[in-house]
Amino acid sequence: MPVEHTFPDSAAKNAQGEFETEKMSLSMGPSHPSTHGVLRLQLELDGEVVTKADPVVGYLHRGDEKIAENMTYNQFVPYTDRLDYLAPLANNMAYAIAVERLAKLEVPPRCQAIRVITAEMARVSAHLLGLGAFGIDVGAWTVFLYSFTEREKLYKLFEELTGARFTTSYARIGGVARDLPPGWTDRVLAFCDQFLPILEEILDLLTRNRIFVDRTAGVGVISREDAIAYGLTGPNLRASGVPLDLRKDRPYSGYEQYEFDVAVGTKGDGYDRYLVRGEEMRQSVRIIRQAVAKLPPGKWYAEDARRIIAPPKDKILTSMEELIQNFMIVTEGPQMPAGEVYFEAENPKGALGFYIVSKGGGVPWRLKIRAPSFCNLSILPKVCVGAMVSDVVSILGSLDFVMGECDR
Amino acid sequence: MPAALEAITAVKGRWAGVTDRPSLDHPALNVPAPDLPAVLRSLRDEHGFDMLVDVSGVDWAVGASPRFTVVYHVFSTAGHEYVRVAADCADNAFPEVPTATAIWPGANWHEREAYDMYGIRFAGHPDLRRILMWDEYPHFPLRKDFPLAGIETELPDAEVVAETKTGAIAAPMMGGPFVASQGEINLTDAEPRAKDESWTERRPKPDA
Repeated sequence: MPVEHTFPDSAAKNAQGEFETEKMSLSMGPSHPSTHGVLRLQLELDGEVVTKADPVVGYLHRGDEKIAENMTYNQFVPYTDRLDYLAPLANNMAYAIAVERLAKLEVPPRCQAIRVITAEMARVSAHLLGLGAFGIDVGAWTVFLYSFTEREKLYKLFEELTGARFTTSYARIGGVARDLPPGWTDRVLAFCDQFLPILEEILDLLTRNRIFVDRTAGVGVISREDAIAYGLTGPNLRASGVPLDLRKDRPYSGYEQYEFDVAVGTKGDGYDRYLVRGEEMRQSVRIIRQAVAKLPPGKWYAEDARRIIAPPKDKILTSMEELIQNFMIVTEGPQMPAGEVYFEAENPKGALGFYIVSKGGGVPWRLKIRAPSFCNLSILPKVCVGAMVSDVVSILGSLDFVMGECDR
Repeated sequence: MPAALEAITAVKGRWAGVTDRPSLDHPALNVPAPDLPAVLRSLRDEHGFDMLVDVSGVDWAVGASPRFTVVYHVFSTAGHEYVRVAADCADNAFPEVPTATAIWPGANWHEREAYDMYGIRFAGHPDLRRILMWDEYPHFPLRKDFPLAGIETELPDAEVVAETKTGAIAAPMMGGPFVASQGEINLTDAEPRAKDESWTERRPKPDA
């Protein structure tokens, strides 16, 4: 149901000088519940209609790219946790694969499957939070409580696997930190079984909710052309009708083995973005179940990459050769060839890209992080114009961004 | 032949100054800065590379020439391929390339970031302001001559300065980064250590 605005009318009347309204400027954020972190919007208002929006980003800038140039490839893994801090496992994997592309290193099938399982769990947890927060933004509190409960169950599983709920640092260049704990996959499947009915309950709270539909349908419409021109990726792009999913179109980490559907919207409004995220969670559960069923035996790290991945701890303590190898990797970093690579992974928020320029050795010369939230937010000046102030809140919620990633 | 390779062959045939760029993955081109908008437009309109996914500045070291390069990654939403396009900045002291904002509005923020971090100017950019650092910030932090710890700088807001009596201060580099120098023969020198050891827990900071 399209929402009618008075803006075009009043603008036309203004042009004819029929009535004068004074433009008001409003600074929204950086500390505002609906800006999900530290985004600031400088709005220019005509009455309650936005005539100009200028996002101010950078409040969470920590200089990750500068830091990356001053440490070895392995040392940067924990920093990737703090990009999209709602899906650290997916970031870890994207970064590790980018460096592995540079090293021309293949990881064993078990490692690939483990990475897929963890990345899809991260996607579910990120979308759960995104949905819950979107609900709060438009006045639906209950959704948040339900989705946070489910997310907590995932975090328990993450903690069991990685030792940390939030900052997992699980991936390594050439593998993952450790194998799955015994019985963990059963608990993942048990989570999937009980999660799907609850997911339907959560979505039922919003999908046919009159208030929610009124606040999101027809609000923040992004056309297919605009979405591509502004470099939108992930659910925000797919909601605008572009069936682009890097897991399908440029498969990495063995995604080509799994059957799943790509959710695509038709109108590109906030409601479509909500629907796409909901469907993606169902598909993620599908992928997790397949990956667990097919989970191959074997090593969880590349054994032949002797100059990149550290040997097992018991070998380090008993064998001279492995001790030297470990020492070299810790002090000089994993040895990489010179050259340039660019790798993008389909993360919950969109395509997270790493552009690495290497001059050889263990430290990147330049590591550029292509943050999906940064690109997704760059469309705000276009999409907010003509919206009401309360619509801006709905648009921000529907874009589902993370400032840690945007500001780096 | 994949569309990306076809595209770069066609571009090389049309612009004399365009050459292959060494790359470990996607097809890549070196483009003279003046031809950059035309090449990018041709990639978008004639070869289907309709999405600009990334713009990145690179500093090739303080004495290098050319010192700064801008690297564009374009993606084809139909063919699912990437092409990397790089343009060197002719002037090391005043690096500048033409903007791509007329081709992709999404280039706006990316180019602002490259300006913010490297001081690379984009001729014709509609709104070339800093984006991650504040507008009055005097340095370009990703340049190789900018120290990791940062440089002490005044904060832009006089009221905040008066209230807090402090500015943006350099980070104490205690304990990091632990990176061994490459190719050192002397093991004592090669041992990983904090780069700034002028002060420790036992020895106070010189000007404190």
